[in-house]
Amino acid sequence: MLDVIATTFVNLVTSASLIYLLGGVLLGLVVGILPALGGTAGMALLIPFVFGLEPNAALAMMTGLLAVVATGDTVTSILMGIPGSAASQATILDGFPLAKRGEAARALSAAYVASAAGGVIGAMVLTAAILVARPIILAFGTGEMLLLVLLGISMVCVLSGSSLVKGLIACALGLLVGAVGAAPATSEYRMIMGNFYLADGVPLVAVALGVFALPEIIDLLRRDAAISSAMSIGRGWLQGAIDCWIHKGVVLRTSAIGCLIGALPGIGGSVVDWIAYGHTVQTARDKSQFGKGDIRGVIGVEASNNSVQGGALVPTLIFGIPGSGSTAIFLAGLILIGLQPGMAMVEQNLDVTYTIIWSLAIANILGAGFCFMISGQMAKLTLVRYVYLAPYMLAIVFYASFQSSGDWGDMVALIAMGLIGCYLRRFGYSRPAFLIGFVLQNNIETYLYQTMQFYTLGDLARRPLIWILFAVIVISLYFGLKHRPKNQTEGVSGELSATTLWPQAIFLLLALAAVVYCVYDVRKFYLLGSIFPLTVCAFLAPLLLYGLWRVLARDLSDPILFDSESEWRLKEEGYVASLGHYVLWILGFVGLTYLVGFLIGIALFFVLFLAVKSPAGWGGIALMTGAVVAFFMAISYFLVLDLPRGLLQNVYRLPWPIG
Amino acid sequence: MRRIWLVALATLLGSVMFRAAPAAAQAVDFKGKRIEFIIPFAAGGGSDVWARFFQPYLEKYLPGNPTVLVKNQPGGTGIAGTNQFHLRAQPDGLTVLGTTGSVQLPYLLDDPRVKYEYKEWTSIMVSPTGGVSYVQPALGLKSADDIEKLKGQKMKYGSQGVSSLDMVAVLAYELLGLDVQVVFGLKGRADGRLAFERGEVGIDYQTTSAYVKNVEPLVKAGKAVPLFAWGVLDEKGDVIRDPTFPNLPSYVEVYEKMHGKKPAGVEWEAYKSFFTAGFAAQKIIVLPKGTPANIVAVWREAIGRVVRDPEFIARSKNELGDYKQAVGPDAATLTNVAINVDPTSKAWIKNWLVTKYNYKPDAD
Repeated sequence: MLDVIATTFVNLVTSASLIYLLGGVLLGLVVGILPALGGTAGMALLIPFVFGLEPNAALAMMTGLLAVVATGDTVTSILMGIPGSAASQATILDGFPLAKRGEAARALSAAYVASAAGGVIGAMVLTAAILVARPIILAFGTGEMLLLVLLGISMVCVLSGSSLVKGLIACALGLLVGAVGAAPATSEYRMIMGNFYLADGVPLVAVALGVFALPEIIDLLRRDAAISSAMSIGRGWLQGAIDCWIHKGVVLRTSAIGCLIGALPGIGGSVVDWIAYGHTVQTARDKSQFGKGDIRGVIGVEASNNSVQGGALVPTLIFGIPGSGSTAIFLAGLILIGLQPGMAMVEQNLDVTYTIIWSLAIANILGAGFCFMISGQMAKLTLVRYVYLAPYMLAIVFYASFQSSGDWGDMVALIAMGLIGCYLRRFGYSRPAFLIGFVLQNNIETYLYQTMQFYTLGDLARRPLIWILFAVIVISLYFGLKHRPKNQTEGVSGELSATTLWPQAIFLLLALAAVVYCVYDVRKFYLLGSIFPLTVCAFLAPLLLYGLWRVLARDLSDPILFDSESEWRLKEEGYVASLGHYVLWILGFVGLTYLVGFLIGIALFFVLFLAVKSPAGWGGIALMTGAVVAFFMAISYFLVLDLPRGLLQNVYRLPWPIG
Repeated sequence: MRRIWLVALATLLGSVMFRAAPAAAQAVDFKGKRIEFIIPFAAGGGSDVWARFFQPYLEKYLPGNPTVLVKNQPGGTGIAGTNQFHLRAQPDGLTVLGTTGSVQLPYLLDDPRVKYEYKEWTSIMVSPTGGVSYVQPALGLKSADDIEKLKGQKMKYGSQGVSSLDMVAVLAYELLGLDVQVVFGLKGRADGRLAFERGEVGIDYQTTSAYVKNVEPLVKAGKAVPLFAWGVLDEKGDVIRDPTFPNLPSYVEVYEKMHGKKPAGVEWEAYKSFFTAGFAAQKIIVLPKGTPANIVAVWREAIGRVVRDPEFIARSKNELGDYKQAVGPDAATLTNVAINVDPTSKAWIKNWLVTKYNYKPDAD
């Protein structure tokens, strides 16, 4: 076996495969950096080129891409506060505050080193696990999966911030939004308001970008400054690497978490980062800086989201069952080059397996290296006045959302989620808790339902893994509750004072209205279709009523009461416009797009926005508008992606690209 | 820098004009064109792999060797992308759609989300597929010969949803008289196999290529017992043994063994029509409504040459199973059989889904 390992390495680095590996890495970084695209889209782009390639070259290219998306997406998450792909949502929590503080270089460097380390650990685990993992994966039945998902939910404890009640409210709201659409057990359409777009549920991209990116864009606009408060991006490149070395325990543990969760088909890569983040916070002694720019928050997440690919390849290769969206296409690619994934391939074509593993390890290191090279320039974006960046960010975010189903509903969903995100942020409700609830909803419901059908309680009690996982959850809850970090994960920290309380009361009343609507909507459903949302409502309603009572009691010492807006108006200067002001601008942009289509809409919006908000002259405005139009024309032409159409295009048939 | 932008812009504008040029009326030539092969499902799924398998051969045989791009438009279990195609696609031969059983089924069940109409399209190729049902060895069977041992035994079966293709299998099991409890919420067929390997379900089926790759090793290791293959339709429309699995009985054979008589009656007719839409004519390449005859002819000719390509034939046995890809008039005939279900069968299926499995065709 060792000789196979050695020869595959030599073959890989001495043949043209290395060039293809490099190509895969570069494409992976690009799709990682662009919020519109992630690993799944990147793999799909690659597939046509794979056909007809020599198998080793194809393997190297596909693995190269797979490996580094989670390295590239870090750049956007840390520098812009926008998730570059679903895998690095949690990176934002500490990475973006670091960038704002002028420590972008340190955060990026720590992230890259952690990514490379996590990726290599993932490759090592894959090497060791590939021949023995089958019984382990089969030992995880739906019952065990359910407990793992619940372990994910238990992380809400450490992500709640100052008020656990509000964390739970946010999580339950996430569960409720997640429950929109076809019920897993009965296929009944829940809470779709007569709109079939919602039959598939609210897309993850709209939720992630809406809840994280839009509020951040608006907030930065209102400050009217650059992202970074410092005048340079800092010289922390070396410091970041040292940070990783100091916290090598975090790197090892979160890499292990990434591998395990990646290896279990069905949990999904978008949860790994949150579990890793929660774990990092739980096990840290000093929790006071998390959410404000603790480097461990970045390291933990980045190690896990690269190692997850090594884990995800285990079931892909030995069962032919992908562990993530991008490995699903990887699987398709293997079939296209004539390989049949499964135990037979792993055992008989060891060279194929080790080519993949070596490519994974090398790509992770190459990816981190490339990122180091380009980051210096990229990071300068944080020094640019934000009015110049904002229109690009808005255009990309809306375009990204539109790609999830190519329906106008995607744009509306993004706006709706953006509004929820803005107000969650304003009133100090944990957005991570909301997202965790949303992401895990489907898994909880499906696994709960399937576990009840597949097993009796007696069956479950006889499975030792169930007890082990149960113990892990109890321990996680114990530590989470005992040493709960009290710092605000949302908005600015500081004393929690608010003199005008009615906006918070209205927020809670609206949430209560959503609960009432949900109960009303599912009232006639079959038990299996309605039991989950009703349980969530039964849990959420008392929390909301409790919150309302606290607000009405006007006890300002209670951490439930929090409104960052009134704080800003009272104390903080530098905000030049209200929240509603920029919400209207964004609505105006979407309205324009609705009338005249995306490309014309974006051009008009750029001209208007820059003319009103920025000091740029007409020449500059024309240049910036031209650049964005050219960018979207190129991306839609070369990637064969549609641009949102407007009313104009429905009435008249116009030529591409405006048609 | 500005110069680069200008050049890029000029190039793009150039390609725009090119793209906007109308399809030539006389000799159809796709030289330099881009053809979008729309798959209303995510990349990596069965339909996607199928389309990507055809893609290079289409490029090779379409006149002018155009670039063929597989374009994924997922959402609404295939309905959303198919609706888009129906409403938007231009009849210039530059856009084709690959449909599948799970797009056919909601159409047949009059799902209110369906805005497409198969009868307005031109079918140019039909890919049949098969499937094999298999059970846990613990149920006491050695082979399909012992199928009567299943009588009275309770088995679980994992399905992707009430109106999904998996329900064809449920109907098949029910007509056989098997006692099957359906568990919903699977994310794909592969999930069913994983549940089977974990011992959570007693019976499962996989389509041909997945069965060959992933279940046959289990059978060899004594961890699964194959029961029967669905079978394929002969020229008279009768179900015969699947050529990919000559040693496995067809569904009709096991039915006769179970019941001692040939299948008949309204429920059999209903099963057969949904089986046809789901398997015998599972994947169809169609051109949009209003496509002129000369473009249709060019596509038919190209597809005909694809399926006669020796390399294609050699590879397709492995990738698509040992099935005859229906082209030319056969394609149209098979598609007609698949999308024209007689009203009695349709009513019977709907009633069966509603009363037994809580199917709600109309969301309120």
